[in-house]
Amino acid sequence: MPNGSGAAAILAGGVGMFAVGALAIAADKSALLGKLLVFYSPTGRLSGVTCTAVLIWLSSWAILEWRWGRHDVALARINAVAFALLGLSLLLTFPPVAELF
Amino acid sequence: MEITTRSLWTLIHGMGFGALYLMACSGALIALYRCYSPSLPDSVALQDDRFLKIYLVAMTVLAWITVLSGTYIIYPWYRAVAPAGVSSLAAFPQQLLKSNPATIGWHSLGMEWKEHVAWLVPISITVAAAVVFRYGRDLRNHPQLRAALWSFILVSFLAAGIAGFFGAMLNKNAPVEGGQTIQIMHGE
Repeated sequence: MPNGSGAAAILAGGVGMFAVGALAIAADKSALLGKLLVFYSPTGRLSGVTCTAVLIWLSSWAILEWRWGRHDVALARINAVAFALLGLSLLLTFPPVAELF
Repeated sequence: MEITTRSLWTLIHGMGFGALYLMACSGALIALYRCYSPSLPDSVALQDDRFLKIYLVAMTVLAWITVLSGTYIIYPWYRAVAPAGVSSLAAFPQQLLKSNPATIGWHSLGMEWKEHVAWLVPISITVAAAVVFRYGRDLRNHPQLRAALWSFILVSFLAAGIAGFFGAMLNKNAPVEGGQTIQIMHGE
């Protein structure tokens, strides 16, 4: 079985997790974005940050699956990018790191 | 002996869903190793493959209901704003923590980290479950995919651990309380 489908899931997962961290910082730094990301007021901008990140994750997964699903791809390189995104997502959600931006 | 509905929801979210997920993580890592190690005989792998698929789906469901209940049921109670003139902040955990320099860090570091890092858990475990479903026993022929699965499950374990630790500490310093009181039993 070609590895493209697995690679698509892995890279999209990295993208989705990175989006959580990046959007959390962006919503914190930009008053306008912070306001736009309040999808459900009792939860505040966390609702928009997470819903948008999930949307980015699922869209990128669908696109990558469509492009790579039936092929073999260079998985070592894709894994490296996905692992970097996993590490960055953990770092970006850590408040002292988020404060640096 | 009684408990409030908000306190009960917090228990279900943390001690029920969250703690169960954390315990399940180690099982998933062991099952993943046992199932797809190239040195195992086929008969063992076939049984384990079926088990691991069900196990990961259960973990995925658990992860999603944990973050959704935390974000949309408990978090609004945590961040509720006290009306002007309120003498006690006991029913407003975020403001209670921020009112004291000794506890403000539990909010500014603990909750600020927990509320975002927890969302890495369902994403990572959904990816792991999807890859196991798609490839099944063929994962034995894809060592790089197996390595990625390990990493995703480890990240989900780490993120769930961070969220669980801060959840417990936040609830210790400023418990989410309120709502109806449920009488569990009468004391003597």
